[in-house]
Amino acid sequence: MRPVALTVNGVRRELSLEPRELLVYVLRERLGLTGTNVGCDTSSCGACTVLVNGESVKSCTVLGVQADGLEITTIEGLASNGELHAVQQAFHDHHALQCGYCTPGMVLAAVSLIESGEATDRDTIREGLEGNLCRCTGYHNIVEAVAAAAGVS
Amino acid sequence: MAVTETTGTFVGTSVKRKEDATLLTGRATYVDNMTLPGTVTMAVVRSPYAHARIKSVNLDAARAAEGVVAAFSGTDLADDWKGSLPCAWPVTEDIKMPPHYPLAAEEARHQGDGVAVVIAESRALAKDAAELVEVEYEPLDAVVDVEKALEDGAPLVHSDLGTNECYVWKNETDDFQAALDAADVVVTRRYFQPRLIPNAIEPRAVIAQVGPSDEVTIWSATQVPHILRFALQIVLGIPESKIRVIAPDVGGGFGSKLNVYAEEALAVALARRLGRPVKWTEERAENYVATIHGRDVVHELTFAATKDGTITAVKSDAKCAMGAYLQLVTPGIPLLGAWLYTGPYAIPNYSVTFTGVFTHATPTDAYRGAGRPEATYVLERTIEALAQELGMDSLELRRKNFYTEFPATMSSGLTLDSGDYHASLDRLLELLDLDAIRADQESRRGRGDAKQIGVGFSTYNEMCGLAPSRILGAVRYAVGGWDSATIRFQPLGSVQVVTGTSPHGQSHETTWAQIVADQLGVDVDDVEVLHGDTAVSQLGMDTYGSRSLAVGGVALWHASQKIIGKARDVVAHQLEVSAGDLEFEGGTFSVKGSPDRAMSIQAVAFQAHAAHNLPDGMEPGLEATAVYDPPNFSWPAGAHAAVVEVDTETGDTRLVRYVAVDDVGTPVNPMVIDGQVHGGITQGIAAALYEEGAYDEDGNLLTTTMATYLVPSAAELPSYETDRTETESPTNPLGVKGVGETGTIAAAPAVINAVLDALSHLGVTDIQMPATPERVWRAIQEAKP
Repeated sequence: MRPVALTVNGVRRELSLEPRELLVYVLRERLGLTGTNVGCDTSSCGACTVLVNGESVKSCTVLGVQADGLEITTIEGLASNGELHAVQQAFHDHHALQCGYCTPGMVLAAVSLIESGEATDRDTIREGLEGNLCRCTGYHNIVEAVAAAAGVS
Repeated sequence: MAVTETTGTFVGTSVKRKEDATLLTGRATYVDNMTLPGTVTMAVVRSPYAHARIKSVNLDAARAAEGVVAAFSGTDLADDWKGSLPCAWPVTEDIKMPPHYPLAAEEARHQGDGVAVVIAESRALAKDAAELVEVEYEPLDAVVDVEKALEDGAPLVHSDLGTNECYVWKNETDDFQAALDAADVVVTRRYFQPRLIPNAIEPRAVIAQVGPSDEVTIWSATQVPHILRFALQIVLGIPESKIRVIAPDVGGGFGSKLNVYAEEALAVALARRLGRPVKWTEERAENYVATIHGRDVVHELTFAATKDGTITAVKSDAKCAMGAYLQLVTPGIPLLGAWLYTGPYAIPNYSVTFTGVFTHATPTDAYRGAGRPEATYVLERTIEALAQELGMDSLELRRKNFYTEFPATMSSGLTLDSGDYHASLDRLLELLDLDAIRADQESRRGRGDAKQIGVGFSTYNEMCGLAPSRILGAVRYAVGGWDSATIRFQPLGSVQVVTGTSPHGQSHETTWAQIVADQLGVDVDDVEVLHGDTAVSQLGMDTYGSRSLAVGGVALWHASQKIIGKARDVVAHQLEVSAGDLEFEGGTFSVKGSPDRAMSIQAVAFQAHAAHNLPDGMEPGLEATAVYDPPNFSWPAGAHAAVVEVDTETGDTRLVRYVAVDDVGTPVNPMVIDGQVHGGITQGIAAALYEEGAYDEDGNLLTTTMATYLVPSAAELPSYETDRTETESPTNPLGVKGVGETGTIAAAPAVINAVLDALSHLGVTDIQMPATPERVWRAIQEAKP
């Protein structure tokens, strides 16, 4: 077991982890943050996407011990003061989710994409979300939501 | 044609979803998010071979491993099963239905067949210990090709049957052969539709808890909590009355969770043995081999026609892979398409034969569209071939054969409820600007560009809203097709709706509230929809086959009328007028001609609960249940077009535009309809261009991850252009039809027709799905003179 200190949604957490524990299971099973979903175990689907120091990362590709000292934002930490984040609100307004399982990862990937300045038009949004799979929406409304949140007309 | 207009306050409007707040903030209740005190985790040991004799299973090392609670082989658990995992659709009297137990004991019949289970204190420990299970296999010959499986001497999936033929089902009109013989033109084409893997992003998951007197509670990522309840009685012998099934938030299904799976029965059996809650969560790699697949059908389709393009007969002969076992509705999937081999065309003579075939592969079952994409694909491909043979424009050929009068009884025997097929195609062509596409195509061809474009069409109708129970009985389906709704006014005026449908992305919490709010004249926010728990919703047939709105949604209307009827009697009694003198509008009853004498329905609800002053003999409360059995299927239709750009040097194909005009009857929530259409189209496009569940000859699945199977991402796809024509269904008071599968049914042939159109000047006339760069490139090379 290894001592690890990480900040999750603004709260410092000190944990003792097995070296093999993946960050996604640390979040889900150790910290009870089940908003981060596991879809494929193989870094294909992006359902487990979280923000690590502000950048989107698939949390099934990171060991918990590698997150030592890092700041993690999960879907639970995105809304503030009861107000949805602009991307969450845009997903609601544009019907960009159906079953909702890919949604936390998709929203966080979109937040990162917009904040990096790469969401400049619908093509860059589509390319930027390539690592996040959705089986319900056909992406059409996800692209519309991200475009709206990014201020792309 | 009746074009409906929006009449309600909420129905017909894009009310934003009630479901979203939970899902957007990470507070969903997917099964894997839950853990009960004392929970142990199950891991399943699966056969790496497609076909093998299980010579021995040594569990000693696994049982001795850290944190292991128990481990069992198939033989160990054999006495736990009171029945086989059920197949509800024995399509013929002489169908072969081999038993299918949750763990294989003697023989593994497909890669991924479960042979042992390990139960441990945590997910990781269970998985560690599962690796220590030593199974001695004797590998046997396997067959995965549906045609080879029918050859003499093919390895048998169930050797005691003496054949891999599961059934032959046939439906033919009397004059079919005469019509075929008399035809001016006969066109026959052969098609293979590969296996598709549904890939709901949430894998399956189960938690089972069993009390000391066999009180079962099972949480499952299922589309069918009610079906699972009675299936568990069949498999385990525990009476349904003791079984509570909860389908909490469920992360997509697409048919793959319309089933009763080995792991559900195992979790209950093990929780019963161990006295602790048992949890199992599928890994994606397991999902690829242990959750049902779709399609895997070889078709031969024949059209007979007169010289002027009147199609006089259609014949379909299909070999349909069942896989290794019959899951819940495996044999019936082709039948769901059986009545669509005439499509939207008034073809007077018809012959359909399905041969169900066992193979050493994961069982097939319902995947979005289920039987109908198969039929529509071969029909819409072959109509292009017939047009070419006749030297006729394929859209003209379609129009010449469209049904124009409704209701229309098809030669296959069922009756189309309503439609206007020309209207959808007209609207599609308005949106498409075909002239501009043809001009671009001509100039690219003239220049000899490497990148060529093509446009492809698909005009479809489909049969959904499963289903009239009598028809289901007539085709040997084991249960009914009705659904239920309970509407309950609480004393202070809020409304609870209990539905028998079980949404997993379809937005019933919102759209059901829209329907009820309009009927009862209350606000949509005052209506709460409860579902997915058999303790709350006792009566239900769940969600699949685009049935929820056309059956369960219509049940809401009927329950609403019962509520209004009772409320009217309360008001008449209290205002001392006759019920016939009351009007009900906007949630208020008033006396005709005396609008000041009025009661709101919320006030009636309070009076009905207080029961101080009700008519003699009236039961207190304001609650009603309706169980609705539809008189017909619902028959959506539409016209779709795909525009593709094909790089003739590399074979790379990009979808440039996709235009869809669908007629799904009266729209309840246009935003939700568009969402369903977008998702459906995407799965059809995926089948046409990307996805294939491929096995090698030994039965090893080659596409074992989302990256090799190629679930498309946003980057591969364009934004879609969608519109609707509206022809209300006359068979239900809401005028609604199903929408969940239309896109998937229509899209694949439109895309493949577009690829072939792009390459027609090069002499390419056929390409197998998915049209990968390699297949396209080879087709171009092989067509070279």
